Amino acid sequence: MNLALRDIRHNLGRFLLTCLGLGLLLGVALAMVGIYGGIVEEALSLARGMRADLWVVEGGSRGPFAEASRIPGDVREAVARLPGVVAAGSLTFQTVEARHAGGPGEATAPSEDNVRERAGEAGRQRIGAVLRLQVVGYEPDRPGGPPGILAGRGIARGRLEMVADRSAGLPLGAMVEMANLRYRVVGISTRAVSTGGDPLAWITLRDSQDLQFRLSPPAARRAQQGGGGALPQDTVNAVVARLSPHADAAAVAAEVRRWKHFAALTGAEQENVLTRSVVDKARKQIGLFTTVLLLVSAVIVALIIYTLTMDKMREIATLKLIGAPDRSIVALVMQQALLLGAVSFTSGTALLLAVKDHFPRRVVLGLAEVSGFGMLVFVICLLASLLGVRYALRIEPAQALGG
Amino acid sequence: MSALVELAGIAKGFGAGEARVQALLDINLSVAAGEVVGLRGPSGSGKSTLLNLVACILEPDAGTLRLAGETVWQGRWSRADLRALRREKIGFIFQFHNLLPFLDATDNVALAMTLNRVPLAEARRRARALLDHLQVGKRASAMPAKLSGGEAQRVAIARALANNPRIILADEPTAALDSERAQVVMELLRQVAREQQAAVIVVTHDDKIFSRFDRLVSLRDGRIEAD
Repeated sequence: MNLALRDIRHNLGRFLLTCLGLGLLLGVALAMVGIYGGIVEEALSLARGMRADLWVVEGGSRGPFAEASRIPGDVREAVARLPGVVAAGSLTFQTVEARHAGGPGEATAPSEDNVRERAGEAGRQRIGAVLRLQVVGYEPDRPGGPPGILAGRGIARGRLEMVADRSAGLPLGAMVEMANLRYRVVGISTRAVSTGGDPLAWITLRDSQDLQFRLSPPAARRAQQGGGGALPQDTVNAVVARLSPHADAAAVAAEVRRWKHFAALTGAEQENVLTRSVVDKARKQIGLFTTVLLLVSAVIVALIIYTLTMDKMREIATLKLIGAPDRSIVALVMQQALLLGAVSFTSGTALLLAVKDHFPRRVVLGLAEVSGFGMLVFVICLLASLLGVRYALRIEPAQALGG
Repeated sequence: MSALVELAGIAKGFGAGEARVQALLDINLSVAAGEVVGLRGPSGSGKSTLLNLVACILEPDAGTLRLAGETVWQGRWSRADLRALRREKIGFIFQFHNLLPFLDATDNVALAMTLNRVPLAEARRRARALLDHLQVGKRASAMPAKLSGGEAQRVAIARALANNPRIILADEPTAALDSERAQVVMELLRQVAREQQAAVIVVTHDDKIFSRFDRLVSLRDGRIEAD
């Protein structure tokens, strides 16, 4: 006769409500685990999506994600000539607040902020959603382009064309306005976002350099007034290279480091920079918050089990008096704690899996994360039940006697 | 008739030094098989302590306690040994029946048997027979909250009898009942004592049932005042 199950069945409503509350809490904790994984995966997706074996950046920096990096665009030629390099491409990166300016259907970007405003000089009315994009300028047919095209096509050297990440919510053919120029979305890429969670958008290197210049006209004007002439436009943030399978990335990187004013990172080093430096604080913050949530969950489970045990003080005393062994009492308390954890974990996980795709940033929950978290909940419930078990074992059989 | 409960020179105190309270002193009492003994006395007279001693919940400071032929506390008695003794030889009846609220009447009785390693199906069969015998068989599937006070006390008596105990300890079993139901419960206890040749000890304040005991033992200040 399973006393734990019979007691739960007797107070089913209360038990389910308790499980629902705890399930929500565990769901939040699991969401934090997923967000933690999402931050790391998004950070890595940026570097991995480029499929670059080597990153050449400004000397003394760990750019272009961790630090600012500006190098001449023609460095690409020098990199391409290095032994072991199969292909090299120049890249620019800039965060832009773009605007969906019409096109097939209306975009429903997750980060949209619908606005209606008058555009200054042109005086024309612009209607659309503000889109925060990480714009990547690249050279078509060279390394650094979109990791994969889900719909449409890549950029075929056409000006004012764009391939946007699917998380931007832009449909094919949509027009995106940046610095008073309109770009047509010709392709949708597989998911790739910046370390800040902004969707990536690829345009040609020339367009991106033009965009960079248009976005900072005051700097250009000041340079001209100072007699320095126009700012050089063939500036890029990094040059990426793909190496032959037999090439040693570390050796090629060492070769580049011998050049004056340049630094080089292998693909693995870039991933390390992204996860250990760029998103490190966010990772730690989320990790700490997850730990706090798990501790709170443990305390709550312990209190629930303790209260449930206290409520059964007379029943436990009666069981002891009529000769029930300690193991029956321990089983009653522990089974209830584990059932509470199991039902709460299941409901919390189901709820989270149902809504995780609606989160603004990616929530990565694989079998490993869910089963690992489940094991953790199991251990928490087991440890938390010890408080109830201790209380139950201290109940004296004499407490069953008397009023 | 042989004595099933024998207390010889039993003493029990609580606390230490000046705060020490002598709850029982030089208690000599024996209850024979088939005998129903009432235990009465004012609050603080030592009734509950005496009941706890016979129930093997408390260990006496001095004296000898023999239950159904076994001398308790002499030699090594673990908590598990004491529980086994209670499970096999003692049946308990409480003031407020103390039925487990999450088990129906049958399973409340069957539980006591399963603790004694009786298979559940067999325990349930015997429990239903016992409930029938105590004329509460029609309520076998009812949860304790749905039972009347009298019905609940009959189920509690059935639970106390589940393992055919030689000793039955009842703590104010009629306190929560009206006098008619109290008489019925007392008649049941007398019947059990007679049929099972059990020794029945009833702690009570209820003067309406004093006449139903074979012997009435009065306690005052930890001593037997009258027997």
